[in-house]
This record gives sequence, structure tokens and C-alpha cells, in this order.
Amino acid sequence: MKKKKFTIAVTGLNAIDSPGPGVPVIRALRESKLFDVRIIGLSYEALEPGIYMHDLVDKTYQIPFPSTGIDSLLTRLQYINDQENIDLIIPNFDAELFSFIKLVDHLEKKMKIKVFVPTVEQFEERHKANLDEFGKRHKIKVPYSKMIFSTAEIPALKDQFTYPLVVKGKFYDASVAYTPEQAANYFNKISAKWGLPIIIQQFVHGQEVNVTALGDGKGNTIGAVPMRKTYITDKGKAWAGISIEDDKLMSMTKKMIKSSKWRGGLELEIIKTANDDYYLLEINPRFPAWVYFAVGCGQNHPEALVRLAMGEDVKPFKKYDVGKMFIRYSFDLIVDLKEFEKISTLGEL
Amino acid sequence: MNIKKNIALSDSGFVFDPSSGDSFSTNPIGLEIIKLMKNGKSADEIKKLITSSYMIDDNSFEKDLYDFVNMLQKLKIAEGEEKK
Repeated sequence: MKKKKFTIAVTGLNAIDSPGPGVPVIRALRESKLFDVRIIGLSYEALEPGIYMHDLVDKTYQIPFPSTGIDSLLTRLQYINDQENIDLIIPNFDAELFSFIKLVDHLEKKMKIKVFVPTVEQFEERHKANLDEFGKRHKIKVPYSKMIFSTAEIPALKDQFTYPLVVKGKFYDASVAYTPEQAANYFNKISAKWGLPIIIQQFVHGQEVNVTALGDGKGNTIGAVPMRKTYITDKGKAWAGISIEDDKLMSMTKKMIKSSKWRGGLELEIIKTANDDYYLLEINPRFPAWVYFAVGCGQNHPEALVRLAMGEDVKPFKKYDVGKMFIRYSFDLIVDLKEFEKISTLGEL
Repeated sequence: MNIKKNIALSDSGFVFDPSSGDSFSTNPIGLEIIKLMKNGKSADEIKKLITSSYMIDDNSFEKDLYDFVNMLQKLKIAEGEEKK
């Protein structure tokens, strides 16, 4: 039987030391046994490596930065859709997700493009700044945290926190500060890059474990694979990892997806303490950059997301391989200047 | 003291803990002791078996076994009370 073919637009084509999930999501889609894909890359900058990976990405279009607003994004998507007739968009950046969530209705009803993302409420309630409340609502342990807007608030933190504490940006970046001076330094560095507020979170000692998962929006966990980072870059990113067996972690993931009725891909960042307590550090509202590892462990989450978006009845995965490892590597793509010129000047390649 | 049920052992002495993702390598005698522990042998039984197979006196082995088991416990490969 001939397989269906979907045209899927994917963002997050950067693959630097803090890589985006776009390329691994595309690899997962290309390995689908259920459908074929034409991949449309959506890029923000001309040096995102995915643009030049022609075996993975069929055509790339530049799209405007989220800061330019929803209208300019919509205008650009309309143009791209006129050329490509897109079936589905998979956004992969935290910073752009709000715009896509806001456009879901328009994209689905007027442009016939599916987008399988969390609701605004789900997106907002799991926000780093709201995680404390999220933990209380869903009965999940979360390290105490608060938002601050100025370095003037740092001296008073000693009344609510014990050092070390974690200084976090609203979208990305986190550093452990052992003194108020370090906290002020990180505040300035991170706020210069990602803006305000800055989130201060109590540091919890333990082992970090991560879960990549997919919720169907009705409370069911379609898939979940837990991993421990075995090699971490100086940006805290996993350069190698191993899949683990942890029933408590899996039930925490399922509980969280059930109570929030999470819709779409997500990554949970969790600390497991020496006493086997689990603290939720962060919920990333999209697949992580290591999502291809889930495919390697027997669960193709991006493929399942496409099927959910297309309205299919998707049964949850029942198992995954424990003790599988992933190891990243960097790779030099050789690119003709003409290609760079084309994406830089015409905005498409 | 028991070896945790889900610990995976290979004949090369590679020990894998699937709940933490940690892995270790042990030498042949370490592997033999872990296998005996996994089969439910007590410390006394292990001592008898090893000292009858290898040239080592009871006291030295007892001390080494104590250190080894302690390490297994610290690495969370072993758990519970020590079997006498």
C-alpha cells in the first residue's frame, strides 16, 4: 500500500552547542514507517545548519523573529503555505511557541495547517515563573522559586533561600550562584540575553534526570522515555546520555500529563535526591534536542505527534529500551557560498 | 545484603544499574562475588566458597569482602542488611 505523504514545516534548525530540536525531529519523521514527508525548514538565521542539510530538509524559508509580532509571522506563513501547501507545523522553540499557539485557530481553520501544541493555559502555567503554583496544583514537588526584576532584590534573597541558588532566564540559561555577588553577575548576564524577569530557584542536590514525552491532550501519555545525562557541556546540555528504568519517574510524568491534559511534546527536567525524592525543575513545552534518542529506544514521538495532529487514534507506547546510549558529535558541513547568498538575500533555499 | 534485582551483569564484569544509568567494571573475582550474592549466598557461604577455591586466608578475605560490599552499597548496587 502506498504511504501517505505529509508536508511538514519544522523550526529549530540550529545545531550548535545548545542545539535546537528541529534536526532530530526531522530525522525521526524521516524514519517513519507509516508515512512519507516533505520537510519545510523554517529558520531565523542564515547559519542554522539544518538549512544546508539537504538530505533532511527539502526546502527552507526564513521566518521573522518572534519579537516582530504575530502578524508578520502570519503573513510569512501565508506566503510559505501558498508555495508548499503545508499539512502540519512543528514549532520547536520556547520563545516562538506562544505565537504559534495564538495562531492555532487561524492556521487550522483558514489555512488548513495542523499544529499540535499545548493550549495557552498549559503553556503559561508551566512557565518557569509559575512553576511553584504548577507544582501545588498538580501535587508535584518543585524547588521554591520566585521572580525578581532587579539586582536590588538580591540581598534580601538570603531570607527566603539558602545558597547556592539557581539563577534562571525566562526562556533559557541557568547558573548556580554560591554568593549574592555571583547571583548579581548571573542576573546581569542572563537578563541581557533573555530579558526580565529572572527566576531564582532553590538549588536541590541530586542527580538530574530528564524525560521526553508526548501527551494527547486528553490526559493520556502516548510515550515517555527517561534519560540521565552522562556527559554534560558547559552550557548544561546533554552531549551523551543513557536511558534508565525508573517507575517513580514514569508515574510522575504520567500524573503530570494526566492532570494537566498536556497536548504535544514536552521535556521534564527533574532532580532525584539521595532520599529518592523527585523535584521538578522545569517543563519545556516542546520536544528536547535529544528526542531522536526516544526513536532509538523504540518510541518515535515525532511520528506519533503527526498522527495525533492528523486526528488518528494513537495507542500509547508500552515499552522502551533501557540501557541505550546516545552520544552527540559535531560535523562540518561544507556549504557553497551561493546557498548562503540565496537564503540570506531571498529568504529561501 | 542483596544485589538489587534489576542490576545487569555481563560475563566481562560490566555491571549496569538501569535505575540510575550508572555502569561499572569489576575484575573476575568481583564478578564472582556479585554473582554469588545475586544467587542469595550469605557472607559466610561466600567466604567458604572463595577461600576454598583461592589462596587466601579467612581474615584477609573477610576484610576485603567487607570493603567490597561496602562499596557496592555506596554505589547502590547492593541494598538491605548483610546476610551472615
